Amino acid sequence: MTEGPALLVRDLRKAYGDILAVDGLNLEVARGECFGLLGPNGAGKTTTIEICEGLLSADSGRVEVLGLDWDKEPQKLKERLGVQLQDTKLAEKLTVAETLRMFRSFYRERKTVDEVIALVELGEKRDARVGNLSGGQKQRLAIACALVGDPEILFLDEPTTGLDPQSRRSLWDLITRFRESGRTIVLTTHYMDEAEKLCDRIAIVDHGKVIAEGRTNELIDSVDLSHLPAPEPRRTSATLEDVFVSLTGRTLRDE
Amino acid sequence: MSETERRTLTDHPLFQMTLCRFLGFIREPEAVFWTFVFPILMAAGLGLAFRQRGPDKPHIGVVTSASSASALVSLKKDTTLVAETYDDSSGAKALRTGKVAVLVESIAGGVHYVYDPARGDAATARLFANRAIQTGGGAVETIATTDSYVSEKGSRYIDFVVPGLLGMNLMGSGIWGLGFAIVTARNQKLLKRYMATPMKRSQYLLSFLLSRLVFLVLEVLTLLLFGHYVFGVPLRGSLLALSAICLVASFSFSALGLLVSSRATTTEGVSGLMNFIMLPMWILSGVFFSSANFPSVVQPFIKALPLTAANDALRANMLEGASVAGVAPQILVLVLWMTVSFGVALKIFRWR
Ligand SMILES: Nc1ncnc2c1ncn2[C@@H]1O[C@H](COP(=O)(O)OP(=O)(O)OP(=O)(O)O)[C@@H](O)[C@H]1O
Ligand SMILES: [Mg+2]
Repeated sequence: MTEGPALLVRDLRKAYGDILAVDGLNLEVARGECFGLLGPNGAGKTTTIEICEGLLSADSGRVEVLGLDWDKEPQKLKERLGVQLQDTKLAEKLTVAETLRMFRSFYRERKTVDEVIALVELGEKRDARVGNLSGGQKQRLAIACALVGDPEILFLDEPTTGLDPQSRRSLWDLITRFRESGRTIVLTTHYMDEAEKLCDRIAIVDHGKVIAEGRTNELIDSVDLSHLPAPEPRRTSATLEDVFVSLTGRTLRDE
Repeated sequence: MSETERRTLTDHPLFQMTLCRFLGFIREPEAVFWTFVFPILMAAGLGLAFRQRGPDKPHIGVVTSASSASALVSLKKDTTLVAETYDDSSGAKALRTGKVAVLVESIAGGVHYVYDPARGDAATARLFANRAIQTGGGAVETIATTDSYVSEKGSRYIDFVVPGLLGMNLMGSGIWGLGFAIVTARNQKLLKRYMATPMKRSQYLLSFLLSRLVFLVLEVLTLLLFGHYVFGVPLRGSLLALSAICLVASFSFSALGLLVSSRATTTEGVSGLMNFIMLPMWILSGVFFSSANFPSVVQPFIKALPLTAANDALRANMLEGASVAGVAPQILVLVLWMTVSFGVALKIFRWR
């Protein structure tokens, strides 16, 4: 495998009208790492991740994925990328197997349909129409579509939102195994326990900027519990939730 | 784990995408109804409503009176007309409501005809009635005549309307079939998802054209076989030329469908646009009645519409036996629409 980071983002900017969705964001994700992007609603996580996936163009800044540039070698990059978007609806009339067979046909290096169906534990639903799957099963199918091209780097945007506890845990296992095979994952999540469990490093994003970044356990250790807003019960050890809240404030974001 | 094996044809992305288009369509019962069943119902309904009832005989009303008996006998003897008897008031009513075209009354020294000369068939009916009465009264034709009858298939309303329905169907399935599928994919962020795979854009669009091709064969065959075997609609041109016309027309409408759906992000938005494009053609392009009925100033505009070109070419081929060369101007119009629509659609297509 080549050297250098799996993902490099330098001074990224993207505005929608006068909303600065991404405002000078920097990231560096090492190969074989599981990296978490955290942040309140509207912080700019999806925008950032979609620029990295080559789906949105940035206003300015530099993005390198697996050492490749979207402008120069898009086709080569897409071949090595696995993507799960926050809000895709797959074609309802097709079955699970038909959907995966089609996605699989796009790639040169790939897994078999049955392999990925087994990975996301959808064996029973192999021949069910996508429209008849539950929300969580659809989510697992979306991840299967991301895996069928046997990617080197996986982008997951809120992969476990809407999953039941069993499905979440089985997806955690899947992500852990993917990481153990030496490949890279970048994911966003609103679940702190998930980030604590899965991510080697995380970045907390707010208003389009990284406001904290580091190894997950080090970030947790850095929180000074005495500074947490009252009436938080005193605890001896902080959690990632404490990190998040102390950094992004307590008020609800509804922009 | 991963593999790079030899690809079978069924594993080619173009095959897979075309297959998925096809499956997506046939699993949509409404779409199948509108594409296959509806045109046949339409042809059947129109064919029955306007079917030929043998030569129309003029209906003659005779007002009964003592002196009209001989006229009635003469009329009854003539098999080319139908004579019915009425009294004064019911006769007037029959004339007014169009049950009879002419009312015959006896007057002193002869017969009196009552009819509306503005009604096309009334003057003919008067001639028929008069000839029967004169012959019955002893008049002799001085010049001998003979007749031979021709009954030409191809001049009936059903013969006119089946090619029109075929053209309309090619337009509808091309524009709707592509438009809704593409806009739905865009609306559901599926297009965006495909953009994150190595899928080739040209193959994505091509898969729509190819799946249209499969349906084209089915659509054209069902309607033509139905028209031909049930109503005897003629197929005078070569089937090869007919296939070529259908193919060009279908690709032309598909390209139009692509253009219509190249920007829209909601199905509501695209259906408005589709109706805006198709409604004028339903009316102007000679589906149900000849476009020659419109004033001559708008004829060049009407002739430039793709549906007019398709309908004219289909009729020329099916009814008059025209070859591809014989419908070259129409083919040219269709090819122009196809290239321009496809070119513009590719330029402005919103992939995300
Ligand atoms: N297509 C768009 N047009 C206009 N504004 C947009 C668009 N997409 C995103 N935004 C805005 O950009 C900002 C960042 O959005 P983004 O989706 O990246 O947030 P996020 O961190 O993923 O949020 P969430 O946790 O809710 O998914 C938001 O203020 C959002 O309203
Ligand atoms: Mg998001």
